[in-house]
Amino acid sequence: MSDHLYVGKSIPRTIEIDKVTGRAVYIDDFKRPGMLYGKILYSDYAHARIKSINIAKAEKLPGVRAVLTGRDVPDVRVGFLKDQSVLKKDVVRQFRDEVAAVAAISPDIAREAIDLIEVEYEELPAVFDPVEAMKEGAPLVHETDARGKPLRTNILPLPWRFQAGDIEQGRRESAFTVIDHVSTTWVNQCCMGPSGCIAEFDMNSNLTLYNQTNVIFGDKGRISEYFSQIGLKGKKIRIINPIVGGSFGTKLDTDIYEFICIQLALKTRRPVKILFDREEEFRALPPRQPARFTVEQGCDREGRLTFRKIEAILDNGAYTSWGATTPSVMMMPVSSLYRVPNIYYQATCVYTNNIYCQAMRGYGNPQASFAVETSMDTLAEKAGIDPAEFRMINRNQSGDLTPMRLKITSCGLEECITSVKEKIGWNDKKGKRNGRGVGIASLIHVAGGARVTLSDGHGIMVKVDEDGFVDVLESGTDQGQGSPTVISQIVAESLGVRPEDVSVIFGDTALCLWDAGTHASRHTFMAGNAAIMACEKAKKQILEMAAEYMPRMIKSDFKKMMKKDPEFVEPELDYSLISDPANLDIRDRKIFLKSDPSHPHFNMDINKVLRRGLHVGTGESRVIAAEAFYDPPTETLDRELKGNLSMTYAFGTTGVEVEVDRDTGEVKILQLVAAHDVGKAMNPTLLLGQVYGAVYTGVGYGLTEEMKLEKGKVMNPNFLDYKLLTAMDVIPIKPVIVEPGDEAGPYGAKGVGEPGLVPTAPAIANAIYDAIGVRIKDLPITPEKVLEAIKNSK
Amino acid sequence: MKKVSVSFTLNGDPVTAEVPAAWTLLRTLRENFEFTGAKEGCGVGECGACTVIVDGDAVNSCIFPIPEIEGKSVVTIEGIADKDGNLHPLQKAFLDNNGVQCGFCTSGMIMSAKALLDKNHNPTEDEIRTSIAGNLCRCTGYVQIVEAIGMAAKK
Repeated sequence: MSDHLYVGKSIPRTIEIDKVTGRAVYIDDFKRPGMLYGKILYSDYAHARIKSINIAKAEKLPGVRAVLTGRDVPDVRVGFLKDQSVLKKDVVRQFRDEVAAVAAISPDIAREAIDLIEVEYEELPAVFDPVEAMKEGAPLVHETDARGKPLRTNILPLPWRFQAGDIEQGRRESAFTVIDHVSTTWVNQCCMGPSGCIAEFDMNSNLTLYNQTNVIFGDKGRISEYFSQIGLKGKKIRIINPIVGGSFGTKLDTDIYEFICIQLALKTRRPVKILFDREEEFRALPPRQPARFTVEQGCDREGRLTFRKIEAILDNGAYTSWGATTPSVMMMPVSSLYRVPNIYYQATCVYTNNIYCQAMRGYGNPQASFAVETSMDTLAEKAGIDPAEFRMINRNQSGDLTPMRLKITSCGLEECITSVKEKIGWNDKKGKRNGRGVGIASLIHVAGGARVTLSDGHGIMVKVDEDGFVDVLESGTDQGQGSPTVISQIVAESLGVRPEDVSVIFGDTALCLWDAGTHASRHTFMAGNAAIMACEKAKKQILEMAAEYMPRMIKSDFKKMMKKDPEFVEPELDYSLISDPANLDIRDRKIFLKSDPSHPHFNMDINKVLRRGLHVGTGESRVIAAEAFYDPPTETLDRELKGNLSMTYAFGTTGVEVEVDRDTGEVKILQLVAAHDVGKAMNPTLLLGQVYGAVYTGVGYGLTEEMKLEKGKVMNPNFLDYKLLTAMDVIPIKPVIVEPGDEAGPYGAKGVGEPGLVPTAPAIANAIYDAIGVRIKDLPITPEKVLEAIKNSK
Repeated sequence: MKKVSVSFTLNGDPVTAEVPAAWTLLRTLRENFEFTGAKEGCGVGECGACTVIVDGDAVNSCIFPIPEIEGKSVVTIEGIADKDGNLHPLQKAFLDNNGVQCGFCTSGMIMSAKALLDKNHNPTEDEIRTSIAGNLCRCTGYVQIVEAIGMAAKK
C-alpha cells in the first residue's frame, strides 16, 4: 500500500487559511446580538466561611443586568465527585472558588460591578500539604460528601490500587533493588487562547452554548444532567465549537464558568459571554496535578525487571475534576512500560485547600513516567548495566500481554531505543561526568482510543454534491492538532477525490454524530477509521450511480460525436464491464475500470457522473451521503483495573545530551533525539509539529515550568513569572519517525498527540545525572535545585 | 469616559476613530474596526498575540495607548495579503510548513516576522528567533515557525 496519493504526504494546512489571515473566529472574536459580558468574583481566602455578601452596590451600577450569588441559583452539585456547587454559598475551600457573578452590557462595567461586591469572610484553618492533610486532626476540606454524609478524612474515596503477580516473589528473585522518592508539581496548560464561552437561551429555554470543550457530547451530557436539577429538564442543548486556541486538557471537563455563564444567560434572557483573562487562566483553571511517588524496583543478575512497586500521593486540591482520574493513566506506564511481571501500585488522592486539578497533555503519564524512568536509571546503575542497554533488555515487544492486560500489537520500541542511542552518540558520550551527559527515557501511551467511557466511538458523516465536493461532519474539536488537513487527506484517499475537494465541519452536537472527545491522542485514529468506513459507503453509492449512468453517458457522447463528425465510428465496447459497480473504482476524481485503469473510454470525472445522476426527476433523484460509527472492540478496565482499553499503543524513546554549568546550575540541552513509533505518519510535516510542540512542553516540564502556590494562592499568574519557553530557548530536536504500521489504525496510523511530552523530563533528569553525578528527583529541575544538589553531594 | 479622536493609516487606508482615551490600540482595532486578527493573550505585553506593525516596527498593541497612534501607520494581519488576495509569503510559508497549529499566536508571529523581513531580507536563524522572542506559542515549539520564516525570507 505505498501508492497512496494523499495519505502519508505533507499536504499544507491550506484548509486552515483563516488562521493566517486573521479571519479565524475564536471565542474572543465571537459576538451574538444583544450579548452581555459575564465576570466572576473569586474567593479572597483558601478556606473560609462566607458570613455575608452584599451585592446592592453592584446591582445599582448602570449597565448591570444580573448579579448572582450562591443564594440566587439552585444549590446543585457538579464535578466528577459532585463535590462542589456552581456558586459557593457558605464555605470557600480554595482561592479560585466562585463566589458571585455579574452580567453587564460591557466587560468594563462587569469588572467594575465585581469590584463593588462586598463579601465578609471568617477564615477557617486550611491545609496545603497532601501528606499533612492525610493526618488525623488535619482541617477537613469537606465536612460532608455529596450526599451530606459526614466525612472524617481528606482522602478521596477513589480505589486506585492495582496488583499483578506477587511483589514478594519479585523481591526474592531480585539481585538488585532500589527505592526512590520522586515528585512533580503544578503546571499550567498555558493555552494561548484564553478560556470562554457564550451561553444563549431561546425563548423556549433551549440552550445554545458556543464553547471550547473538546468533548462536545460529554459537555452536553453534563449540562443536561445539570438542567434536570435546575428545572430545565427536557430543554434542548446544542454545543458548538468555535476555533479553539489550544486545549491541552483544559477543555476536557465542564468548567464552573460554563455553568455560571448558563445561569447568567438564563437570568438575563440574553446571550452572555464569559472570557477569561490571563490571570484567570492561571488562577481559576485546573492545572496538571502534582504528585509524589515512592518507587521501588528490582531486577535479576541479567538485568530483567523482577518487580515494581509504586505508591503515589496526589494533591487533589479542593474539588474533584479529571485530575483525580490521572492515576488510571499513571497505571499504564507503572504496569506496562517495559516488561515487569510483578506490580503493586497505589495512588491516593487527597483534598487540600490548594487549587483543584485536572488533565493536561499526557494526563498522568508524564508524572508517572518521570518516576518509573528515574528508577530505571538508579536500578541500572546499581546493577552495573548501561541505562540504554537496561531498557533494551526490558523493552516491550509485539505480542506482549502486559500485567494490566494491555495487548501490545505493533511495537517499535526496540527501533526507538536503537536509533536514539545511535543518533545521540550514546556509547561515546555516556558516563563521562565532565559536565556533559546523556540520558534516555521511553514511553507507552494509548494510541488507538481509550475506553474510559462506555462508548469510545466516533461518528462521522460524509456527503458529496454534484460538483464532487465533499462535506464531512466531524464531531471532533479542532484545537490546533491539524485534523482539518489530516481528515481531508484520509477522506480524499478513501473516497477518491482530492484534499482540496473536502470541507470538514467540526464540533457541533446538532450536526455531528456521537464522539467520545478529542482527547487521549485518539482523534486521528478514531475519526480516521470512521472516515474510511463512511467513505467506503459513499463510494459504493457513487459507483452504483456510475454503473447505472456511465454506459448511457458514454453511448450518448458517441452519438454526439457522430452527429458532429459523420466519419466517426462508434467503438464496440463491452458495456457490461462498467454496468457492475464492483468493477469500478475512484481515484483522484476519476471513476475507472479496475481491470483496465487506462481504458480510453471507460473512465469519467466523478463530478460528471454526479451531475448526471443526482437530480434526475421524480422517483430517481438521490443524494450521496453516508455515516459511520467506529467503536473499537476494546475493554473498559475491570474491577482489578485491568483491561485492553486501547486498540494499540504508542511507544517512543527520548535521548538528551545536556551541559550543566556547575557554577550557575544552568542546564543547556545540546541535542534531543525523539524517536516515536507512530504506526504510519498521515502527514509527516504535521506529525513533526506534534512531536516538536510536545517536546517543548516536556522540556518546560523538566526545567522551567511551575506554578508557585503559597498557602493555596497562585503567586505567579502571568508569563513574566511563569516560565514558558520562548523562541530564544533553542532546543536542537532530531525527530525519528518509526513506522511499523498498525493493523487497526487508519492506513496504519497510531495516535501521536501526547507521546512527545512524556519521556522528555525524565530523559533530561537522567542526562543531568550522567553529566554531574547528581540526581534530581523533583520537577522542575531549576538552577537553584541543581546548585543545591551539587552542594549536598559534596 | 473621556474620548479621543485619532486619525491614522490602517492597512493603507486613512481612518479616524473616536474611542475612549484609555483604550489600547488592540481594543480599538478589535472593537472599533472589527479587525480581530490581533488577539489578546495576556493584555500586558507578555505574549505577543496582539502584535501589529506601527511605522515599521512590531509592537504589542495591547499596551499601546490609542492617543499615540495619531498620524502613524498601522499594519495588521488583515492587511498583508496583496490587493488580489494573494497571501503574503509568510502566510503561505506558515501554512506550508505547519507554522500554525491552534493559530492563536499566529497573527502576532507573522507580524513580528514581517517587521523583521521588511528590514532584513536575509536573516540568520538567530535574528529570526530574536524577532519572535516576545511571541509565545504553546503548540509548536517554535521549530516550524522559525523554519517557515526562513522559507518566506527566501521568497
